[in-house]
Amino acid sequence: MTEILSTRGLCKAFGALTATDDVSLTLRAGEIHALIGPNGAGKSTLIAQIGGALSPDRGQVFLDGEDVTALPVPARARKGLARTFQISQLAQQDTVLQNVLLAAIGAARQPWRFWRPALSDAALRGRAEAALTRVGLEDHAATVTAELSHGQRRLLEIAVALTLSPKAFLMDEPMAGLGAEGAARLVPLLRDLKAEAPILLVEHDMDAVFALADRISVLVSGRVIATGTADEIRRNAAVRAAYLGDAA
Amino acid sequence: MSTGQIGGQPPNPRGIFGPKKQGREALLNALVLLGLVIVPLWAVMADEPFTITLVTRAVIFALAAVGLNIALGLGGLVSLGHAVFFGIGGYAMGILAWHAQNYVPLFEWPVLFEGTKSMPVIWAVAVLASALAAFCIGLLSLRTSGVYFIMITLAFGQMFYYFAISWARYGGEDGMSIYVRNGFPGLNTLDPIQFYGLCLAALLLGLLLHARLRRAPFGLALNAARQAPERVRAVGLDPLRLRLLAFTLSGAITGLAGALFADLNRFVSPTMFSWQLSGEFIVFIILGGTARLFGPVVGAVLFVLMEHWLGALTEYWHIGFGALLLLIVLFGQGGVIGLIAGKARAHD
Repeated sequence: MTEILSTRGLCKAFGALTATDDVSLTLRAGEIHALIGPNGAGKSTLIAQIGGALSPDRGQVFLDGEDVTALPVPARARKGLARTFQISQLAQQDTVLQNVLLAAIGAARQPWRFWRPALSDAALRGRAEAALTRVGLEDHAATVTAELSHGQRRLLEIAVALTLSPKAFLMDEPMAGLGAEGAARLVPLLRDLKAEAPILLVEHDMDAVFALADRISVLVSGRVIATGTADEIRRNAAVRAAYLGDAA
Repeated sequence: MSTGQIGGQPPNPRGIFGPKKQGREALLNALVLLGLVIVPLWAVMADEPFTITLVTRAVIFALAAVGLNIALGLGGLVSLGHAVFFGIGGYAMGILAWHAQNYVPLFEWPVLFEGTKSMPVIWAVAVLASALAAFCIGLLSLRTSGVYFIMITLAFGQMFYYFAISWARYGGEDGMSIYVRNGFPGLNTLDPIQFYGLCLAALLLGLLLHARLRRAPFGLALNAARQAPERVRAVGLDPLRLRLLAFTLSGAITGLAGALFADLNRFVSPTMFSWQLSGEFIVFIILGGTARLFGPVVGAVLFVLMEHWLGALTEYWHIGFGALLLLIVLFGQGGVIGLIAGKARAHD
Protein backbone atom coordinates (compact mmCIF):
# COMPACT_ATOMS: atom_id res chain seq x y z
CA MET A 1 0.00 0.00 0.00
CA THR A 2 1.04 3.56 -0.65
CA GLU A 3 2.34 5.46 2.30
CA ILE A 4 0.92 8.98 2.26
CA LEU A 5 2.34 10.19 5.54
CA SER A 6 5.11 8.70 7.61
CA THR A 7 7.58 9.49 10.33
CA ARG A 8 10.97 7.89 10.65
CA GLY A 9 12.77 7.76 13.99
CA LEU A 10 11.28 10.94 15.41
CA CYS A 11 12.84 12.03 18.71
CA LYS A 12 12.04 15.04 20.81
CA ALA A 13 13.18 15.80 24.33
CA PHE A 14 12.39 18.69 26.62
CA GLY A 15 15.33 18.78 28.99
CA ALA A 16 15.45 15.41 30.70
CA LEU A 17 11.95 14.48 29.56
CA THR A 18 11.82 12.39 26.41
CA ALA A 19 8.47 13.27 24.87
CA THR A 20 8.95 11.44 21.57
CA ASP A 21 11.20 8.42 21.51
CA ASP A 22 12.14 6.98 18.13
CA VAL A 23 8.64 7.09 16.65
CA SER A 24 8.14 5.60 13.20
CA LEU A 25 4.56 5.61 11.95
CA THR A 26 2.96 5.19 8.56
CA LEU A 27 -0.37 6.35 7.23
CA ARG A 28 -1.46 4.42 4.15
CA ALA A 29 -3.87 5.46 1.45
CA GLY A 30 -7.48 4.79 2.40
CA GLU A 31 -6.97 4.04 6.05
CA ILE A 32 -7.72 5.52 9.42
CA HIS A 33 -4.72 5.07 11.64
CA ALA A 34 -5.54 5.87 15.25
CA LEU A 35 -2.98 6.98 17.75
CA ILE A 36 -3.92 6.30 21.34
CA GLY A 37 -2.13 6.48 24.62
CA PRO A 38 -2.62 7.62 28.20
CA ASN A 39 -2.36 11.28 29.18
CA GLY A 40 1.22 12.45 29.00
CA ALA A 41 2.19 9.77 26.49
CA GLY A 42 3.39 12.46 24.09
CA LYS A 43 0.54 12.49 21.59
CA SER A 44 0.32 16.28 21.35
CA THR A 45 4.09 16.61 20.97
CA LEU A 46 4.05 14.04 18.19
CA ILE A 47 1.14 15.72 16.40
CA ALA A 48 2.97 19.06 16.63
CA GLN A 49 6.03 17.56 14.97
CA ILE A 50 4.01 15.98 12.20
CA GLY A 51 2.07 19.20 11.63
CA GLY A 52 5.21 21.32 11.68
CA ALA A 53 4.61 23.45 14.77
CA LEU A 54 7.53 21.77 16.53
CA SER A 55 10.78 20.52 15.00
CA PRO A 56 12.07 17.13 16.07
CA ASP A 57 15.54 16.69 17.57
CA ARG A 58 16.10 13.76 15.22
CA GLY A 59 14.18 11.89 12.56
CA GLN A 60 12.07 12.84 9.56
CA VAL A 61 8.51 13.41 8.49
CA PHE A 62 7.51 12.40 4.97
CA LEU A 63 4.42 13.55 3.13
CA ASP A 64 3.64 11.77 -0.12
CA GLY A 65 7.22 10.58 -0.41
CA GLU A 66 8.74 14.01 0.22
CA ASP A 67 10.80 14.92 3.27
CA VAL A 68 8.90 17.81 4.85
CA THR A 69 10.79 17.84 8.16
CA ALA A 70 12.22 21.31 7.57
CA LEU A 71 8.97 22.89 6.35
CA PRO A 72 6.91 25.18 8.59
CA VAL A 73 3.18 24.69 9.18
CA PRO A 74 1.85 26.72 6.21
CA ALA A 75 4.17 24.97 3.74
CA ARG A 76 3.08 21.53 4.97
CA ALA A 77 -0.54 22.60 4.65
CA ARG A 78 0.13 23.65 1.05
CA LYS A 79 1.72 20.25 0.41
CA GLY A 80 -1.57 18.63 1.39
CA LEU A 81 -1.59 18.07 5.15
CA ALA A 82 -4.85 19.23 6.73
CA ARG A 83 -5.14 19.27 10.48
CA THR A 84 -7.94 19.80 12.93
CA PHE A 85 -7.36 21.06 16.44
CA GLN A 86 -8.26 19.59 19.79
CA ILE A 87 -9.41 23.05 20.87
CA SER A 88 -11.25 24.60 17.96
CA GLN A 89 -9.20 27.22 16.14
CA LEU A 90 -11.83 29.21 14.32
CA ALA A 91 -12.46 32.87 13.60
CA GLN A 92 -15.22 33.20 16.19
CA GLN A 93 -16.51 36.57 15.01
CA ASP A 94 -16.76 35.46 11.41
CA THR A 95 -19.57 33.46 9.90
CA VAL A 96 -19.35 29.72 9.34
CA LEU A 97 -19.06 30.29 5.60
CA GLN A 98 -16.20 32.76 6.08
CA ASN A 99 -14.29 30.17 8.07
CA VAL A 100 -14.46 27.64 5.26
CA LEU A 101 -13.80 30.40 2.72
CA LEU A 102 -10.54 31.05 4.55
CA ALA A 103 -9.53 27.46 3.83
CA ALA A 104 -10.62 27.84 0.21
CA ILE A 105 -8.47 30.96 -0.07
CA GLY A 106 -5.55 29.06 1.44
CA ALA A 107 -6.06 26.07 -0.83
CA ALA A 108 -6.29 28.27 -3.93
CA ARG A 109 -3.30 30.27 -2.66
CA GLN A 110 -5.13 33.49 -3.32
CA PRO A 111 -4.76 35.67 -0.23
CA TRP A 112 -3.25 38.55 -2.21
CA ARG A 113 -6.49 39.73 -3.71
CA PHE A 114 -7.70 43.08 -2.54
CA TRP A 115 -10.73 44.22 -4.42
CA ARG A 116 -13.34 41.61 -5.26
CA PRO A 117 -15.30 40.23 -2.28
CA ALA A 118 -14.36 36.66 -1.39
CA LEU A 119 -18.06 35.84 -1.13
CA SER A 120 -18.73 36.74 -4.74
CA ASP A 121 -15.96 34.50 -6.08
CA ALA A 122 -17.91 31.50 -7.35
CA ALA A 123 -14.94 29.12 -7.33
CA LEU A 124 -13.93 29.87 -3.74
CA ARG A 125 -17.49 29.90 -2.57
CA GLY A 126 -18.44 26.67 -4.33
CA ARG A 127 -15.52 24.88 -2.75
CA ALA A 128 -16.39 26.21 0.70
CA GLU A 129 -20.08 25.44 0.45
CA ALA A 130 -19.43 21.91 -0.77
CA ALA A 131 -17.43 21.23 2.40
CA LEU A 132 -20.19 22.66 4.58
CA THR A 133 -22.77 20.47 2.87
CA ARG A 134 -20.55 17.45 3.35
CA VAL A 135 -20.54 17.87 7.16
CA GLY A 136 -24.17 19.01 7.28
CA LEU A 137 -23.61 22.64 8.24
CA GLU A 138 -25.03 24.17 5.04
CA ASP A 139 -27.99 25.66 6.90
CA HIS A 140 -25.64 27.47 9.26
CA ALA A 141 -23.50 29.15 6.59
CA ALA A 142 -24.55 32.63 7.71
CA THR A 143 -24.33 31.91 11.44
CA VAL A 144 -21.63 33.67 13.42
CA THR A 145 -19.23 30.96 14.55
CA ALA A 146 -19.33 31.99 18.20
CA GLU A 147 -23.04 31.15 18.21
CA LEU A 148 -22.53 27.53 17.10
CA SER A 149 -22.92 24.66 19.55
CA HIS A 150 -19.78 22.82 20.57
CA GLY A 151 -20.69 19.91 18.34
CA GLN A 152 -21.24 22.17 15.35
CA ARG A 153 -17.86 23.76 15.94
CA ARG A 154 -16.24 20.32 15.84
CA LEU A 155 -17.96 19.73 12.49
CA LEU A 156 -16.76 23.09 11.21
CA GLU A 157 -13.19 22.17 12.18
CA ILE A 158 -13.52 19.15 9.92
CA ALA A 159 -15.19 21.15 7.13
CA VAL A 160 -12.26 23.60 7.16
CA ALA A 161 -9.77 20.74 6.81
CA LEU A 162 -11.92 19.15 4.11
CA THR A 163 -11.96 22.38 2.07
CA LEU A 164 -8.21 22.02 1.63
CA SER A 165 -8.73 18.81 -0.44
CA PRO A 166 -5.74 17.38 1.40
CA LYS A 167 -3.62 14.31 0.80
CA ALA A 168 -3.83 13.41 4.47
CA PHE A 169 -5.83 14.47 7.50
CA LEU A 170 -4.23 14.99 10.88
CA MET A 171 -7.05 15.03 13.41
CA ASP A 172 -6.33 15.90 17.01
CA GLU A 173 -9.22 14.59 19.11
CA PRO A 174 -12.06 15.55 16.76
CA MET A 175 -14.51 14.12 19.29
CA ALA A 176 -13.20 16.06 22.27
CA GLY A 177 -16.08 17.16 24.48
CA LEU A 178 -18.76 15.67 22.24
CA GLY A 179 -20.31 13.03 24.47
CA ALA A 180 -21.38 9.59 23.29
CA GLU A 181 -24.19 10.74 21.05
CA GLY A 182 -22.19 13.45 19.29
CA ALA A 183 -19.23 11.14 18.84
CA ALA A 184 -21.46 8.47 17.33
CA ARG A 185 -22.61 10.98 14.73
CA LEU A 186 -19.03 11.78 13.73
CA VAL A 187 -18.09 8.15 13.19
CA PRO A 188 -19.84 7.69 9.81
CA LEU A 189 -18.49 11.05 8.60
CA LEU A 190 -14.89 10.12 9.35
CA ARG A 191 -15.38 6.67 7.84
CA ASP A 192 -16.64 8.40 4.73
CA LEU A 193 -13.73 10.84 4.64
CA LYS A 194 -10.97 8.26 4.66
CA ALA A 195 -11.73 7.34 1.07
CA GLU A 196 -10.81 10.90 0.16
CA ALA A 197 -7.64 11.07 2.19
CA PRO A 198 -6.31 8.86 4.96
CA ILE A 199 -6.71 10.06 8.53
CA LEU A 200 -4.15 10.02 11.31
CA LEU A 201 -6.50 10.17 14.24
CA VAL A 202 -5.55 11.03 17.80
CA GLU A 203 -8.54 10.23 19.93
CA HIS A 204 -9.50 9.52 23.51
CA ASP A 205 -12.89 8.04 22.73
CA MET A 206 -12.10 4.31 22.68
CA ASP A 207 -15.47 3.27 21.27
CA ALA A 208 -14.90 5.53 18.30
CA VAL A 209 -11.31 4.40 17.85
CA PHE A 210 -12.16 0.72 17.84
CA ALA A 211 -15.14 1.31 15.56
CA LEU A 212 -13.19 3.38 13.04
CA ALA A 213 -9.52 2.52 12.98
CA ASP A 214 -8.05 0.21 10.42
CA ARG A 215 -4.87 0.23 12.43
CA ILE A 216 -4.06 1.48 15.90
CA SER A 217 -0.75 2.57 17.35
CA VAL A 218 -0.29 2.79 21.08
CA LEU A 219 1.99 5.46 22.44
CA VAL A 220 3.34 5.11 25.97
CA SER A 221 6.00 7.42 27.40
CA GLY A 222 6.84 8.68 23.93
CA ARG A 223 7.35 5.22 22.42
CA VAL A 224 5.10 3.27 20.09
CA ILE A 225 4.70 0.00 22.00
CA ALA A 226 2.38 -1.67 19.50
CA THR A 227 0.81 -1.16 16.09
CA GLY A 228 -1.91 -3.37 14.68
CA THR A 229 -5.58 -3.90 13.92
CA ALA A 230 -8.19 -3.31 16.59
CA ASP A 231 -8.25 -7.02 17.44
CA GLU A 232 -4.50 -7.28 17.65
CA ILE A 233 -4.34 -4.28 19.95
CA ARG A 234 -7.11 -5.67 22.16
CA ARG A 235 -5.17 -8.94 22.51
CA ASN A 236 -1.74 -7.36 22.93
CA ALA A 237 -0.49 -8.12 26.44
CA ALA A 238 1.87 -5.16 26.61
CA VAL A 239 -0.90 -2.78 25.65
CA ARG A 240 -3.27 -4.24 28.19
CA ALA A 241 -0.68 -3.95 30.90
CA ALA A 242 0.51 -0.48 30.03
CA TYR A 243 -2.62 1.22 28.95
CA LEU A 244 -5.97 -0.43 28.66
CA GLY A 245 -5.80 -2.24 31.96
CA ASP A 246 -7.43 -5.59 32.62
CA ALA A 247 -10.94 -4.20 32.22
CA ALA A 248 -10.45 -3.99 28.46
CA MET B 1 -2.06 34.86 20.28
CA SER B 2 -2.99 37.53 17.86
CA THR B 3 -0.94 40.67 17.89
CA GLY B 4 -2.71 43.15 20.12
CA GLN B 5 -6.09 42.92 21.67
CA ILE B 6 -8.17 45.74 20.28
CA GLY B 7 -10.17 45.34 17.11
CA GLY B 8 -12.99 43.21 15.85
CA GLN B 9 -16.66 43.36 16.49
CA PRO B 10 -17.75 45.02 19.70
CA PRO B 11 -19.43 42.81 22.27
CA ASN B 12 -22.21 45.30 22.98
CA PRO B 13 -25.13 43.35 21.54
CA ARG B 14 -27.76 45.94 20.72
CA GLY B 15 -26.75 49.48 21.49
CA ILE B 16 -28.67 51.79 23.77
CA PHE B 17 -31.58 52.23 21.43
CA GLY B 18 -32.66 48.63 21.55
CA PRO B 19 -32.67 45.77 19.05
CA LYS B 20 -32.82 45.70 15.26
CA LYS B 21 -30.74 48.68 14.34
CA GLN B 22 -28.98 47.06 11.41
CA GLY B 23 -29.83 49.83 8.97
CA ARG B 24 -28.77 52.58 11.33
CA GLU B 25 -25.07 52.29 10.67
CA ALA B 26 -25.53 52.85 6.94
CA LEU B 27 -27.82 55.79 7.65
CA LEU B 28 -25.33 57.25 10.11
CA ASN B 29 -22.51 56.86 7.59
CA ALA B 30 -24.59 58.63 4.96
CA LEU B 31 -25.37 61.48 7.35
CA VAL B 32 -21.71 61.89 8.24
CA LEU B 33 -20.81 62.06 4.55
CA LEU B 34 -23.61 64.52 3.90
CA GLY B 35 -22.34 66.68 6.75
CA LEU B 36 -18.82 66.61 5.31
CA VAL B 37 -20.21 67.96 2.04
CA ILE B 38 -22.84 70.41 3.28
CA VAL B 39 -21.02 72.10 6.15
CA PRO B 40 -18.04 73.28 4.08
CA LEU B 41 -20.36 74.42 1.27
CA TRP B 42 -22.37 76.39 3.81
CA ALA B 43 -19.12 77.82 5.12
CA VAL B 44 -18.22 79.04 1.64
CA MET B 45 -21.52 80.84 1.27
CA ALA B 46 -21.42 82.22 4.80
CA ASP B 47 -17.82 83.29 4.22
CA GLU B 48 -16.50 81.31 7.19
CA PRO B 49 -13.09 80.09 5.95
CA PHE B 50 -12.10 79.00 9.43
CA THR B 51 -14.91 76.43 9.47
CA ILE B 52 -13.55 74.99 6.23
CA THR B 53 -10.09 74.73 7.78
CA LEU B 54 -11.58 72.99 10.80
CA VAL B 55 -13.43 70.42 8.69
CA THR B 56 -10.35 69.94 6.51
CA ARG B 57 -8.34 69.19 9.63
CA ALA B 58 -10.97 66.64 10.72
CA VAL B 59 -11.00 64.98 7.29
CA ILE B 60 -7.20 64.69 7.22
CA PHE B 61 -7.10 63.22 10.71
CA ALA B 62 -9.86 60.84 9.64
CA LEU B 63 -7.76 59.70 6.67
CA ALA B 64 -4.78 59.09 8.97
CA ALA B 65 -6.99 56.98 11.23
CA VAL B 66 -8.57 55.16 8.27
CA GLY B 67 -5.01 54.12 7.44
CA LEU B 68 -4.35 52.99 11.00
CA ASN B 69 -7.68 51.14 11.03
CA ILE B 70 -6.41 48.70 8.38
CA ALA B 71 -3.69 47.60 10.81
CA LEU B 72 -5.72 47.98 13.98
CA GLY B 73 -9.30 47.20 13.05
CA LEU B 74 -8.67 44.41 10.54
CA GLY B 75 -5.28 43.15 11.64
CA GLY B 76 -5.60 43.71 15.40
CA LEU B 77 -2.23 45.48 15.35
CA VAL B 78 -2.24 48.21 17.98
CA SER B 79 0.43 50.49 16.60
CA LEU B 80 1.45 53.31 18.91
CA GLY B 81 3.81 54.58 16.26
CA HIS B 82 1.62 55.59 13.36
CA ALA B 83 2.66 59.22 13.73
CA VAL B 84 5.93 58.03 12.15
CA PHE B 85 4.14 57.66 8.83
CA PHE B 86 2.15 60.86 9.32
CA GLY B 87 5.44 62.62 9.98
CA ILE B 88 7.19 61.04 7.01
CA GLY B 89 4.35 62.23 4.78
CA GLY B 90 4.68 65.67 6.32
CA TYR B 91 8.43 65.85 5.88
CA ALA B 92 8.16 64.51 2.32
CA MET B 93 6.05 67.57 1.57
CA GLY B 94 8.24 69.86 3.68
CA ILE B 95 11.54 68.80 2.17
CA LEU B 96 10.38 68.78 -1.46
CA ALA B 97 8.65 72.14 -1.15
CA TRP B 98 11.45 73.75 0.91
CA HIS B 99 13.99 72.96 -1.82
CA ALA B 100 11.66 74.26 -4.48
CA GLN B 101 10.84 77.52 -2.70
CA ASN B 102 14.49 78.21 -1.77
CA TYR B 103 15.93 77.15 -5.13
CA VAL B 104 18.31 74.75 -3.40
CA PRO B 105 18.76 71.54 -5.40
CA LEU B 106 17.72 68.44 -3.44
CA PHE B 107 20.26 66.45 -5.44
CA GLU B 108 22.27 67.08 -8.59
CA TRP B 109 23.07 63.52 -9.56
CA PRO B 110 22.03 61.65 -11.69
CA VAL B 111 19.79 64.53 -12.70
CA LEU B 112 19.33 67.94 -11.20
CA PHE B 113 16.27 67.89 -8.93
CA GLU B 114 15.25 71.10 -7.25
CA GLY B 115 12.30 69.79 -5.25
CA THR B 116 8.72 70.28 -6.30
CA LYS B 117 5.60 72.21 -5.46
CA SER B 118 3.36 69.70 -7.22
CA MET B 119 0.97 67.86 -4.92
CA PRO B 120 0.68 64.67 -7.01
CA VAL B 121 4.47 64.25 -6.97
CA ILE B 122 4.64 65.05 -3.25
CA TRP B 123 1.86 62.57 -2.52
CA ALA B 124 3.57 59.82 -4.49
CA VAL B 125 6.82 60.41 -2.57
CA ALA B 126 4.93 60.57 0.75
CA VAL B 127 3.09 57.31 0.05
CA LEU B 128 6.19 55.45 -1.15
CA ALA B 129 8.42 56.68 1.67
CA SER B 130 5.91 55.90 4.40
CA ALA B 131 5.12 52.51 2.87
CA LEU B 132 8.83 51.68 2.85
CA ALA B 133 9.19 52.81 6.47
CA ALA B 134 6.12 50.79 7.47
CA PHE B 135 7.49 47.73 5.71
CA CYS B 136 10.82 47.98 7.55
CA ILE B 137 9.25 48.76 10.94
CA GLY B 138 6.73 45.98 10.41
CA LEU B 139 9.45 43.50 9.51
CA LEU B 140 11.16 44.21 12.82
CA SER B 141 8.14 44.60 15.09
CA LEU B 142 5.51 42.15 13.84
CA ARG B 143 7.31 39.18 15.33
CA THR B 144 6.27 40.47 18.72
CA SER B 145 2.71 40.72 19.89
CA GLY B 146 0.52 42.39 22.46
CA VAL B 147 2.17 44.95 24.69
CA TYR B 148 5.62 44.32 23.18
CA PHE B 149 4.34 45.31 19.78
CA ILE B 150 2.88 48.50 21.26
CA MET B 151 6.21 49.29 22.93
CA ILE B 152 8.30 48.64 19.83
CA THR B 153 6.12 50.82 17.62
CA LEU B 154 6.28 53.52 20.30
CA ALA B 155 10.07 53.22 20.34
CA PHE B 156 10.24 53.68 16.57
CA GLY B 157 8.03 56.73 16.92
CA GLN B 158 10.39 58.27 19.47
CA MET B 159 13.40 57.51 17.26
CA PHE B 160 11.89 59.44 14.37
CA TYR B 161 10.73 62.24 16.66
CA TYR B 162 14.18 62.87 18.10
CA PHE B 163 15.81 62.46 14.71
CA ALA B 164 13.54 65.18 13.32
CA ILE B 165 14.38 67.46 16.26
CA SER B 166 18.08 67.10 15.58
CA TRP B 167 17.80 67.41 11.80
CA ALA B 168 19.05 70.99 11.65
CA ARG B 169 19.01 71.24 7.87
CA TYR B 170 15.23 70.96 7.86
CA GLY B 171 14.46 73.23 10.78
CA GLY B 172 15.27 70.93 13.68
CA GLU B 173 12.96 71.58 16.58
CA ASP B 174 11.41 74.63 14.89
CA GLY B 175 10.26 72.79 11.80
CA MET B 176 9.86 74.35 8.36
CA SER B 177 7.40 76.85 6.97
CA ILE B 178 6.27 76.59 3.38
CA TYR B 179 5.11 80.01 2.23
CA VAL B 180 2.66 79.04 -0.47
CA ARG B 181 0.50 75.92 -0.56
CA ASN B 182 1.57 73.40 -3.17
CA GLY B 183 -0.31 73.17 -6.41
CA PHE B 184 -2.59 70.60 -8.01
CA PRO B 185 -3.14 70.63 -11.79
CA GLY B 186 -6.38 72.36 -12.69
CA LEU B 187 -7.18 73.53 -9.17
CA ASN B 188 -6.45 76.60 -7.12
CA THR B 189 -5.34 75.01 -3.88
CA LEU B 190 -5.10 78.38 -2.16
CA ASP B 191 -8.89 78.40 -2.18
CA PRO B 192 -9.77 76.54 1.04
CA ILE B 193 -12.79 74.76 -0.43
CA GLN B 194 -10.80 73.43 -3.38
CA PHE B 195 -8.09 72.09 -1.13
CA TYR B 196 -10.81 70.64 1.07
CA GLY B 197 -12.26 68.86 -1.95
CA LEU B 198 -8.90 67.17 -2.55
CA CYS B 199 -8.70 66.03 1.07
CA LEU B 200 -12.27 64.74 1.05
CA ALA B 201 -11.60 62.84 -2.19
CA ALA B 202 -8.54 61.25 -0.57
CA LEU B 203 -10.62 60.25 2.46
CA LEU B 204 -13.32 58.73 0.26
CA LEU B 205 -10.71 56.74 -1.65
CA GLY B 206 -9.26 55.54 1.64
CA LEU B 207 -12.70 54.47 2.84
CA LEU B 208 -13.45 52.74 -0.46
CA LEU B 209 -10.16 50.86 -0.26
CA HIS B 210 -10.89 49.80 3.33
CA ALA B 211 -14.42 48.68 2.42
CA ARG B 212 -13.20 46.57 -0.48
CA LEU B 213 -10.21 45.21 1.38
CA ARG B 214 -12.15 43.88 4.34
CA ARG B 215 -14.42 41.78 2.14
CA ALA B 216 -11.72 40.62 -0.27
CA PRO B 217 -9.77 37.40 0.31
CA PHE B 218 -6.92 39.45 1.81
CA GLY B 219 -9.18 41.10 4.38
CA LEU B 220 -10.86 37.83 5.26
CA ALA B 221 -7.50 36.14 5.83
CA LEU B 222 -6.13 39.12 7.77
CA ASN B 223 -9.20 39.22 9.96
CA ALA B 224 -8.89 35.48 10.62
CA ALA B 225 -5.18 35.89 11.43
CA ARG B 226 -6.20 38.26 14.23
CA GLN B 227 -8.71 35.79 15.67
CA ALA B 228 -7.14 32.39 15.05
CA PRO B 229 -3.56 32.61 13.74
CA GLU B 230 -3.00 28.86 14.23
CA ARG B 231 -5.88 28.16 11.90
CA VAL B 232 -4.56 30.55 9.28
CA ARG B 233 -1.22 28.75 9.31
CA ALA B 234 -2.99 25.40 9.10
CA VAL B 235 -4.72 26.38 5.85
CA GLY B 236 -1.35 27.25 4.31
CA LEU B 237 -1.20 31.01 4.85
CA ASP B 238 1.40 32.99 6.77
CA PRO B 239 -0.14 35.45 9.27
CA LEU B 240 3.12 37.39 9.44
CA ARG B 241 3.07 38.18 5.74
CA LEU B 242 -0.59 39.15 5.85
CA ARG B 243 0.11 41.50 8.75
CA LEU B 244 3.20 42.94 7.11
CA LEU B 245 1.27 43.91 4.01
CA ALA B 246 -1.58 45.31 6.11
CA PHE B 247 0.89 47.37 8.13
CA THR B 248 2.56 48.65 4.96
CA LEU B 249 -0.73 49.69 3.35
CA SER B 250 -1.79 51.21 6.62
CA GLY B 251 1.40 53.27 6.89
CA ALA B 252 1.10 54.43 3.27
CA ILE B 253 -2.40 55.85 3.81
CA THR B 254 -1.40 57.58 7.04
CA GLY B 255 1.61 58.97 5.17
CA LEU B 256 -0.65 60.51 2.54
CA ALA B 257 -2.66 62.11 5.33
CA GLY B 258 0.58 63.54 6.71
CA ALA B 259 1.41 65.20 3.39
CA LEU B 260 -2.07 66.76 3.28
CA PHE B 261 -1.81 67.92 6.89
CA ALA B 262 1.50 69.62 6.16
CA ASP B 263 -0.06 71.38 3.20
CA LEU B 264 -3.06 72.46 5.25
CA ASN B 265 -0.80 74.17 7.79
CA ARG B 266 1.98 75.03 5.31
CA PHE B 267 4.21 73.96 8.14
CA VAL B 268 5.95 70.79 9.29
CA SER B 269 7.59 70.16 12.63
CA PRO B 270 8.74 67.20 14.73
CA THR B 271 5.39 67.19 16.58
CA MET B 272 4.00 65.35 13.55
CA PHE B 273 6.09 62.42 14.80
CA SER B 274 4.98 62.72 18.44
CA TRP B 275 3.64 59.73 20.29
CA GLN B 276 0.72 61.83 21.51
CA LEU B 277 -0.44 62.05 17.91
CA SER B 278 -0.09 58.27 17.51
CA GLY B 279 -2.25 57.92 20.60
CA GLU B 280 -4.82 60.33 19.19
CA PHE B 281 -5.15 58.22 16.03
CA ILE B 282 -5.96 55.22 18.20
CA VAL B 283 -8.41 57.35 20.18
CA PHE B 284 -10.23 58.34 16.96
CA ILE B 285 -10.81 54.69 16.14
CA ILE B 286 -11.90 53.68 19.63
CA LEU B 287 -14.12 56.73 19.98
CA GLY B 288 -15.84 56.10 16.66
CA GLY B 289 -15.88 52.32 16.91
CA THR B 290 -13.31 49.65 16.10
CA ALA B 291 -14.02 47.46 13.07
CA ARG B 292 -16.45 50.07 11.78
CA LEU B 293 -15.80 51.50 8.36
CA PHE B 294 -16.68 55.02 9.51
CA GLY B 295 -15.32 54.63 13.05
CA PRO B 296 -12.18 56.70 12.37
CA VAL B 297 -14.20 59.39 10.58
CA VAL B 298 -16.73 59.81 13.38
CA GLY B 299 -13.94 59.74 15.96
CA ALA B 300 -11.78 62.31 14.18
CA VAL B 301 -14.69 64.68 13.56
CA LEU B 302 -15.78 64.49 17.20
CA PHE B 303 -12.22 65.03 18.36
CA VAL B 304 -11.68 68.12 16.21
CA LEU B 305 -15.06 69.57 17.18
CA MET B 306 -14.43 69.07 20.87
CA GLU B 307 -10.90 70.38 20.56
CA HIS B 308 -12.43 73.52 19.05
CA TRP B 309 -15.45 73.99 21.29
CA LEU B 310 -14.17 72.70 24.61
CA GLY B 311 -10.80 74.23 23.82
CA ALA B 312 -12.49 77.62 23.52
CA LEU B 313 -13.97 77.19 26.99
CA THR B 314 -10.89 75.98 28.81
CA GLU B 315 -7.33 75.04 28.03
CA TYR B 316 -7.92 71.94 30.16
CA TRP B 317 -10.37 70.60 27.59
CA HIS B 318 -8.57 67.26 27.49
CA ILE B 319 -10.12 66.47 30.90
CA GLY B 320 -13.61 66.69 29.48
CA PHE B 321 -12.56 64.78 26.41
CA GLY B 322 -10.94 62.10 28.56
CA ALA B 323 -14.13 61.72 30.57
CA LEU B 324 -16.14 61.28 27.39
CA LEU B 325 -13.70 58.70 26.08
CA LEU B 326 -13.94 56.84 29.37
CA LEU B 327 -17.73 56.78 29.17
CA ILE B 328 -17.67 55.56 25.57
CA VAL B 329 -15.20 52.80 26.36
CA LEU B 330 -17.04 51.72 29.51
CA PHE B 331 -20.60 51.81 28.24
CA GLY B 332 -20.41 51.60 24.48
CA GLN B 333 -17.70 49.19 23.49
CA GLY B 334 -18.62 49.65 19.89
CA GLY B 335 -17.73 53.34 20.15
CA VAL B 336 -20.14 56.09 19.18
CA ILE B 337 -21.29 54.12 16.15
CA GLY B 338 -21.92 51.12 18.37
CA LEU B 339 -24.05 53.24 20.71
CA ILE B 340 -26.18 54.49 17.86
CA ALA B 341 -26.27 51.54 15.49
CA GLY B 342 -25.85 48.52 17.75
CA LYS B 343 -23.74 45.48 17.16
CA ALA B 344 -21.72 45.20 14.01
CA ARG B 345 -22.63 42.42 11.63
CA ALA B 346 -20.04 39.89 10.69
CA HIS B 347 -18.49 41.63 7.71
CA ASP B 348 -19.98 40.04 4.64
